[in-house]
Amino acid sequence: MSRTDVLLRVDDLTVSYGNIRALKGISFDVRDGEIVTLIGANGAGKSSALRAVSGLIPFSGRILYGDRDLSRIPPDGIVRLGIAQVPEGRGIFGNLTVFENLRLATWQRKNKAEVAKDFERVFGLFPRLNERKDQMGGTLSGGEQQMLAVGRALMSRGQMMLLDEPSMGLAPVLVRDIFHTLAEINQAGTTILLVEQNAYMALHIASRGCVLETGSIVLSGTGRELLGNPRIKEAYLGG
Amino acid sequence: MTYLLQQALNALQLGSIYALIALGYTMVYGILTMINFAHGDLFMVGAFLCFVAATYLKLSFVPSLLLSMAGVALLGVVIEKWAYKPLRQAPRVSAIITALGVGIFLENFTLALCPYPKHIPPLIAHEMWSFGGVSISSLQILIILLSILLMILLDFIVRRTMVGMAMRAISWDKTIVPLMGVPVDRVISITFAIGTSLGGAAGVMYGLAYPVIDPYMGIMVGWKAFISAVVGGIGNIRGAMIGGFILGGVEILVAAFLPSTYRDFVAFAFLLVLLIFRPYGILGKPHPQKV
Repeated sequence: MSRTDVLLRVDDLTVSYGNIRALKGISFDVRDGEIVTLIGANGAGKSSALRAVSGLIPFSGRILYGDRDLSRIPPDGIVRLGIAQVPEGRGIFGNLTVFENLRLATWQRKNKAEVAKDFERVFGLFPRLNERKDQMGGTLSGGEQQMLAVGRALMSRGQMMLLDEPSMGLAPVLVRDIFHTLAEINQAGTTILLVEQNAYMALHIASRGCVLETGSIVLSGTGRELLGNPRIKEAYLGG
Repeated sequence: MTYLLQQALNALQLGSIYALIALGYTMVYGILTMINFAHGDLFMVGAFLCFVAATYLKLSFVPSLLLSMAGVALLGVVIEKWAYKPLRQAPRVSAIITALGVGIFLENFTLALCPYPKHIPPLIAHEMWSFGGVSISSLQILIILLSILLMILLDFIVRRTMVGMAMRAISWDKTIVPLMGVPVDRVISITFAIGTSLGGAAGVMYGLAYPVIDPYMGIMVGWKAFISAVVGGIGNIRGAMIGGFILGGVEILVAAFLPSTYRDFVAFAFLLVLLIFRPYGILGKPHPQKV
């Protein structure tokens, strides 16, 4: 695939919870090698978009990954297609050790040598996880849990990685670290779709971004364009 | 002293049967937070399958045991798929009522096929050894060793294998597990297969150790095993093993020193008192904190 190939195409995506329409027909795409971010306030529909791609909630419209239609694929099937997940709230298994959390994400992988290589890679990116690998996931700090969540997504070896609010609940210095690592992971070849409330950090590393307001995309552009946009500055970047 | 040792041996035998059955309750609870009240009746089906294997197919002990375990495992998986899975999003009460219904169905289905109590032919050569006045039979040794072997095997599966890891992850948060690429339904099926096959093995051993088997034999034994699981801390695998041996011990002690009709009342009283002081059981913990 060349760098301009579209990896994920979302077309007229609508998600409803009962009578409430959380997403009112949004469309965007993610090209191979990019970081694309969906930013917006709480309740704008960012997480719903991500949960639809992950196969966690029913939707109407179309989501294509490569040329595969994702509409009838269960969540574990979507991971097997090559879409790794960093769930909302990190989703660490507190009763499993750090090592087990990572290993569980290799469920569908057969090649043991490749898995061993990825363990090395994750422990290289996050030496802290190596130090704590026999500790229970529940004993980690918030920042360490976020590292583990990202490490786990790397272990499932997707061509693409979805992240739902990785900055949530973390101190600013940890947020910077995590975003730095995400940029590194992207450099190494993983395409990223990132949902964030922290617009400043997200737009900083993103190739392109979309701004969601009450279920619709109101603005989109490159990360740099959006960072410079006066409207964005006022609404999301604190003036 | 020899009397006590003799009773301890009996307690070990009864306790290992309770423990094996209790494991089935606790494994299913661990991943689905549901009590499979048909589990005691699956234990009964295990005993009847062994009867069929030994009497009609003329199989020896090991093939009879494996056939019973496999048959009960298959039955457990089918029950989960057809009766419980459609109710996974329904209120817990509906799933429990369904489980009770499945249990009554199994009892009466077996009753329709086998209206009279049956006797499993002795599959193990009966031998008796005596050590300083304490006598032990070949069957007792078999029951205790086989149970312990199965429990070690289960402990290994849960702690060391990928499937075991997935089971533990599901018990923590079922919604995240598919995002790791793990097919949750398949893990649930495997859990049912393992849990019910242990119940089937217990049925075989019970049927060999006690003179008759009948379609209702699973009710009281099932309740006692359920108590064992709760006493140990429902959802906790080692707890179920410990609970089984404790309950076996309590029952044998009562039968040894009090009129044997007191046995069940003391067993249930024990449950009530223990739960007042340890509402989550011996190894159980309050619901895990999800951060």
